[in-house]
Amino acid sequence: MNTALANEYSGAPHGAPVYELTNVSKTYARNKVVALTEVTLTLCKGSFTSVIGSSGCGKSTLLKIMAGLIPPTKGRVVLQGRPVTGPRRDIGMMFQQATLFPWKTAVENIVLPIEIRDGAAAAKKALDKAHELMEIVGLKGFENVYPNELSGGMAQRTSICRMLITEPAVLLLDEPFSALDELSRDMMNMELQRICREQNATAFLVTHSIQEAVILSDDIIVMKPRPGRIAEVVPVDLPRPRTLDMMTTPKFGAIVDHIRGLLDKGEDM
Amino acid sequence: MSDVQANSSADAGQDTVWVQEISLIDSIPRWIAMTFVFVVFVGTWQLTTSLGLVSPIILPTPMETLKDMIFVGQNLLTGGYMLLALWITMKEVIYGFALAIAIGFSLGVLVGETAFGEKAVMPYLVAIDTMPKVAFAPLFVAWLGFGIESKVALAAFIATFPIVVGTAAGLHAADENARMLFKTMGATRMQTLIKMKLPTGLPQIFTGLKIGAVGVMAGAITGEFLGGGRGFGELIRVAASQLNTPRVFSLILYLSLVGLALYVLVQWTQRKVVFWHKERVGAHDA
Repeated sequence: MNTALANEYSGAPHGAPVYELTNVSKTYARNKVVALTEVTLTLCKGSFTSVIGSSGCGKSTLLKIMAGLIPPTKGRVVLQGRPVTGPRRDIGMMFQQATLFPWKTAVENIVLPIEIRDGAAAAKKALDKAHELMEIVGLKGFENVYPNELSGGMAQRTSICRMLITEPAVLLLDEPFSALDELSRDMMNMELQRICREQNATAFLVTHSIQEAVILSDDIIVMKPRPGRIAEVVPVDLPRPRTLDMMTTPKFGAIVDHIRGLLDKGEDM
Repeated sequence: MSDVQANSSADAGQDTVWVQEISLIDSIPRWIAMTFVFVVFVGTWQLTTSLGLVSPIILPTPMETLKDMIFVGQNLLTGGYMLLALWITMKEVIYGFALAIAIGFSLGVLVGETAFGEKAVMPYLVAIDTMPKVAFAPLFVAWLGFGIESKVALAAFIATFPIVVGTAAGLHAADENARMLFKTMGATRMQTLIKMKLPTGLPQIFTGLKIGAVGVMAGAITGEFLGGGRGFGELIRVAASQLNTPRVFSLILYLSLVGLALYVLVQWTQRKVVFWHKERVGAHDA
């Protein structure tokens, strides 16, 4: 049952498939380590999927394959009907660190993907859009500020805008807020949810935090290590929009317990 | 915290007052500290010479040196022969530095950016860098003659290596996230180099330039010592051979002003270009 199509609960978006992986495996030639075996999953339009697992479960390998940074050894990787054979503009990515460039202002950082792909003239035209995005994430007034004057949370908001500027079909989020303190992190997660809803974005989040995965996701992919594979796909049938209060409900607790149980089992193997 | 002492009285209604000790040596204003060191230095010098501990031929008094500095200063300001000599040395320094920047930066990019450069070129650069480069001076004279060309070559030769190392190190300074980000944006190798790796590495590149700026001066003067010519180094050599030590001292001081000017120019350019990077030299740097 290695599929994330199991959307049999209410409240979750039921869009068309956007990103499809079929029997994807990855073996690193250098040390013959099997990082990933037979991973099959589908991300539907407007859905939020998280992947969680202990280190060595292959989640970063999976993310890199989905980002077009490394090729799979076997299997099909198809985004919007086209196989992924390298980085693409319809893939947006965000890292643990904001990775803003200090010689560019916030807004210049945001239009950087346009500058790289279409040149300086196109980047200039995209400035209006960048301003709109900054307003959406609550950064109005900070357009011409340099990154070393931004707080950690503001820097990550800026990198959200940079990810959204190319209007990607899928958002790949690699522990985006794990470098922030817990209060900012909760707030940024709620922001992320709001932005994803407003943009009807398809998101794929790698995280170490079970709570974070549950509060944000429609589906949680639990992975096991050695070799990296999907153990179970856990649907989260909490109503949307999610609020931080939901973290105290019995249902939330039950899902967290279930996932923790799966992860502990993974450790024994 | 040993330098902080809390007031331990716990009377109701009384503010908590801290007695903070600031050590005296760190609280002296910069200009007083600098003047103090200068006075101690000159005072020791004066004492050494006026007590006759050292022969005046070996070490002139501060007064003699100052007098000679005024004489040399007048010659420079009135466009005398010393100004011509200084101009020749400055030309050697400027051409040498420009050459070192061009070659050093190109080699630095080759070594820092390509696997070929790192594997095949870097070992040879390291090998040459460990050689005493001054020893090449006679070769440069033999190849390029007694004119300024041989001095420019030696100056550039000495200054090139720190610039290569600075540039190569700078190109390696970008972190994994920045590289990955540029990959996901579909950046070409050239775009990654120009828009990310080079700007990221500017602080290291400027460090190389500053070390090079010091080396280029040494190279030009050494070249003049060993290859003659009509530059400032030749004036020093002649003064020294005549045991005119006050002149040697004042010439060196004027020369150091030129070196300082070059260093300050590089530093100033760095502050303008790498505006986001704050350099920290010492814990109490103002």
